[in-house]
Amino acid sequence: MWRNDRSSFGWIAIILHWTIALLIGGLVILGYVMTRPDIDPELQFELYQWHKSFGMLALALTVVRIAWWWLEVPPAHPATLSRYEARAATATHALLRMLTLAVPLAGWAIASTSTLAIPTFFFDLVVIPHLPFEKSEAAEAFWTMAHSWLAYGLAGIVLLHAAAALVHHFLYRDEVLRRMLGILPRRPASNTDTSASGSEKWDIGQR
Amino acid sequence: MGHRATLRTMIAGLALLAATPGWGHAVSLDDAAGRYAIDRSSRIGFSVGQVGGGGISGKFTKFSGTFNLDQHDIGKSVVEFSLFPETVATGEPRVESFLRSRAIFDIKDFPQIVFRSTKISQTGENTAEIEGKLTARGTTRTERFQAELTKWNAHAISFHIKGNIYRAPYNMAVGIPIYSNVVQFDMTVNGVRR
Ligand code: HEM
Ligand code: HEM
Repeated sequence: MWRNDRSSFGWIAIILHWTIALLIGGLVILGYVMTRPDIDPELQFELYQWHKSFGMLALALTVVRIAWWWLEVPPAHPATLSRYEARAATATHALLRMLTLAVPLAGWAIASTSTLAIPTFFFDLVVIPHLPFEKSEAAEAFWTMAHSWLAYGLAGIVLLHAAAALVHHFLYRDEVLRRMLGILPRRPASNTDTSASGSEKWDIGQR
Repeated sequence: MGHRATLRTMIAGLALLAATPGWGHAVSLDDAAGRYAIDRSSRIGFSVGQVGGGGISGKFTKFSGTFNLDQHDIGKSVVEFSLFPETVATGEPRVESFLRSRAIFDIKDFPQIVFRSTKISQTGENTAEIEGKLTARGTTRTERFQAELTKWNAHAISFHIKGNIYRAPYNMAVGIPIYSNVVQFDMTVNGVRR
């Protein structure tokens, strides 16, 4: 139920996936809007602070998610996937995991190296310390560029990833999207292991 | 009479402390009284604390003003002061342009910040409280500053003036609570006799 099993994602993985997806979608739009040069300066200040708080939330959830992926065995790719498709999916997911970590870390590095030295006051609740980097205009410019490229790169890969999911759902009519939505496939369906029950952890490595 | 006596003692004391030749005699309010122009050598410093320590500090480099020390009653003295927020200096150009922008000072619409005293009361031997109307960004409010006489001679007089001002009532609330609502002013005001 909460945990993954052999052929489907558990609710933990599903909730993390969609919460992070929503956060990242919002953060890319927010990041783009707040950096427009003609924006009202007060609004810009406020949006930057929201961006930093939500970005830190995305980072925290991503760490949890990667830990969960590490501890849990992900379900096997649906049998409808070709060898090539399965490899492409695995590679894309690995890249997505890396970028969802790298993008907010680079953002944190901007806040930490900025000569503006604005604290990251997580939802006005706790101050998140700056990373132990030296503050300089050069370092800030570097991390700003890195964060921007990585963030729009992530957005591009997410689009590909989402397009692939939609193609599977609407063209191939397989269970790829449904099992990430928690709509359980009629089991055992394509899976030959009939002993796998919904709550049982499938503990043979299949990464 | 009381005020006058105290100020007289204070000025006499300072003159003695200074022990400058030629200052060997007591100075009276009659001597200190007069009209002064606030000199460019004054320093109008401020700081705003930030969560977790540190903050923004800076100064305004263009200002002007006068004050009148009443010959008979210090309570009848008057201070007028204006500063040009455009000249805010913090050492970080992006902070400065943010402060000048519509977010804080809005220097296009409100190029000056003005203070005019309404009541001055002596609070100690060489200290006084200055109460007055502060107008910033179109809002006028009563504020208080604490002044301490630090230097006096026949041509010039200096005060160390401090005051804490809440910025939110002046429509400058951006950044709270990351940056404090309280702006701490710390000023050295040098008056030159006119
Ligand atoms: C997954 C999380 C994040 C995403 C997807 C994201 C996305 C973006 C995007 C798209 C931009 C605009 C880039 C541009 O057009 O130049 C941006 C800018 C920025 N982000 Fe993030 N961000 C994330 C996390 C963070 C975090 C955690 C922080 C800091 C604590 C942060 C700080 C910043 C800053 C300071 C800028 C402005 C850089 C500039 O001044 O040009 N971001 N972000
Ligand atoms: C920021 C946005 C997104 C990120 C970072 C992301 C990341 C990932 C990752 C890392 C996985 C591997 C499984 C896991 O570790 O949980 C995954 C699986 C999946 N994602 Fe996303 N995703 C995002 C958005 C979307 C969107 C918008 C869709 C659909 C329209 C989608 C559909 C899926 C599906 C169907 C799977 C399951 C694939 C399988 O069965 O192996 N994702 N996603």
